[in-house]
Amino acid sequence: MLAQLQSDILRLQGFKPAGSGLGALSLGAIDAAFPNRTFPTGAVHEVVSPASEDLAAASGFLTGLMAGLMRSKGVAVWISTRRTVFPPALKAFGIKPDRLLFVEVPRERDALWAMEEALKSPALTAVVGELRDISFTASRRLQLAVEQSQVTGFIINRAAKLTTTACVSRWRITSLPSETPDALPGIGLPQWRVELLRIRNGRPGVWQVQWQKNRFVVAAHNEQPTTNHEPLSQAG
Amino acid sequence: MARFVSIWFRYLATDWFSLPHPEYKKIPFVLRQPSHGRLIISAANAAAVRSGISCGMALADARALLPDLHVLDDEPDKIQRVLYKLAEWCMRFTPWVALDPPDGLFLDATGCAHLWGGEEKYVQEMTNKLTARGYTVRVAMADTPGAAWAVAHYAKNPGVVPAGHHIEALLPLPPEALRLEPQVVERLHKLGLHHIKQFIHLPRAALRKRFGVGFLQQLDKAVGQEREPLQPIQPVEPYHERLPCLEPIVTATGIEIALKQLLEMLCLRLQQEQKGVRAAVFKGHRVDGKVEQISIATSRASHQVSHLFKLFEIRLATIEPALGIELFVLEAPKVEPHLPQQEKMWEAGGGLDDVRLAELVDRLSNKIGERIYRYLPEEHHWPERSFREATSLQEEAMTEWRTDVHRPLHVLPVPERIEVTAPIPDYPPLLFRHKGRVHTIVKADGPERIEQEWWRQQGQHRDYYRVEDDEGNRYWLFRLGHYHDQTFQWFLHGYFS
Repeated sequence: MLAQLQSDILRLQGFKPAGSGLGALSLGAIDAAFPNRTFPTGAVHEVVSPASEDLAAASGFLTGLMAGLMRSKGVAVWISTRRTVFPPALKAFGIKPDRLLFVEVPRERDALWAMEEALKSPALTAVVGELRDISFTASRRLQLAVEQSQVTGFIINRAAKLTTTACVSRWRITSLPSETPDALPGIGLPQWRVELLRIRNGRPGVWQVQWQKNRFVVAAHNEQPTTNHEPLSQAG
Repeated sequence: MARFVSIWFRYLATDWFSLPHPEYKKIPFVLRQPSHGRLIISAANAAAVRSGISCGMALADARALLPDLHVLDDEPDKIQRVLYKLAEWCMRFTPWVALDPPDGLFLDATGCAHLWGGEEKYVQEMTNKLTARGYTVRVAMADTPGAAWAVAHYAKNPGVVPAGHHIEALLPLPPEALRLEPQVVERLHKLGLHHIKQFIHLPRAALRKRFGVGFLQQLDKAVGQEREPLQPIQPVEPYHERLPCLEPIVTATGIEIALKQLLEMLCLRLQQEQKGVRAAVFKGHRVDGKVEQISIATSRASHQVSHLFKLFEIRLATIEPALGIELFVLEAPKVEPHLPQQEKMWEAGGGLDDVRLAELVDRLSNKIGERIYRYLPEEHHWPERSFREATSLQEEAMTEWRTDVHRPLHVLPVPERIEVTAPIPDYPPLLFRHKGRVHTIVKADGPERIEQEWWRQQGQHRDYYRVEDDEGNRYWLFRLGHYHDQTFQWFLHGYFS
């Protein structure tokens, strides 16, 4: 009864019911945090990663997500002022690198324009934008753009200081020491600490996620995100 | 039926020198040019010709004939530029104008004369306008360029030769009218053949034997048996639309409407011919004679008015109407076949063939330039060369992307120097310092040695290590050169996720 009511409310708010279109992306235990237990597509997500090391971790997690969204046919666009993504590495995260278009914008403010333009195009599955600074108004514009086209947008926010945005969620991905089976020497599979700091109509959480053979494996789960570096829970 | 006009500027050089000095027209006036150590006359005006002076005469002889002869230095290059300018000016009569050096023009007047109320009036208008500018001209119109040329140069009263009558017009003219080589003309005269009618009906085999193939070709060109290859000064784009305006347009809205109309005209035509635009130029001819233009390019052929309009729209503000634009021209210098697609089919799937994706790429690249990249694998071990830019959205990968080696998701555009502590040769370092931060290495893999491709570039090999520091961040380091060389250097090249 309650669950029925809840999903009715969500539908009225514009959230698609589970299993429609490309939304059938499963993240295992993380799904419980999302409204309708489905990863919200057709929305703009924000990933904060000020440092270069975090950027790599965030990109890895995002690429894994996008691989699930793009499947075999989708095309995605990656917008930045300077490409640092190494195309041959994408294949390990399940994306065919030649299905990704890289846009190198000459100036920071063109990145926002390009991202909005790309988000409006229904030909794409996902758009990633590396932005250094984003205002509330700008993020609102992006959100409005995707509501028409149902493209999923990801902002990699490189700003050191966080501001309020209109994005549907905010993530922080940091690297965790990799694990090798039987304590063998060397480096094992990528492992991240995935913090969902904010999610509209969902429950934030922290997970330990591993990338294994083209899929996410959620290793451990604690319900509440650490609040020591979360100055914006009241702002969002 | 094709119609050609030949304009002969009888005294082009002297007329041009007389423009600033009208009094030169009355007195004998020649231009001189040095040739083989003496001065010869390169052009003479009408008064000088009447006194018996001709081109090619030595200046000293002419002075003996006419002591008060006015002489100036010739400038042949300038005269050729003048002829080109005149050709451009003649574009008002027809879009197709070709040069006929040294002193003539050819105009393809097919379908143009009726705008002037008939061929007589058309030629008359041309003659009047050019005479008013100060040039002595002989203008003739005929079915072939050769016949028009012959009539303009050698007929008593040049003018319009009615369609289909150009052979009759040729008959009384001398053989020079066929633009023959001097030796051939001389031989014809020696044989007593002073008019075309005397030899035009002779057997062709005999003519070829005596005067060569070139002679027959010239004859055929005049008669119309052979096409005359002429190069127009401004090639007419096969795909172009014109929109003349009654009143000069000065407002942005007006320009937008003009562009939309032209696009609709062009796209309708392209659609019927199953073609699409790859490049287009929008020109506005201003009242003051300047031409404002903007151009666009598309990544795949398109005949969508709305899409092309969007591409132009970004640049539309750069058009300066000044006093107003009286003529808009839309040209498509590059078109490609564009077969109709069942566009609905793509809507669900998307993919790289999607028209809307190409449209997005066009929109982006028209604003920020050619900065949209797609990468394909290359069979190289050297990391910087292991991929290349694709030339189009549709290009397929020739090889597979490699998955057997570990590559970092982010690489630095240029590897950055780091300081390391690596006490054991060919073992991964214990710690490294990058940008003032010390990273203690907990786990490591490697080395993976990548040699330079000596046939491309000389240099030292790289030994790559994947390392993980105590915070769990993973890096891609390499040592350039051998450990025992003492000249090796360590670099940070990328970040693993």
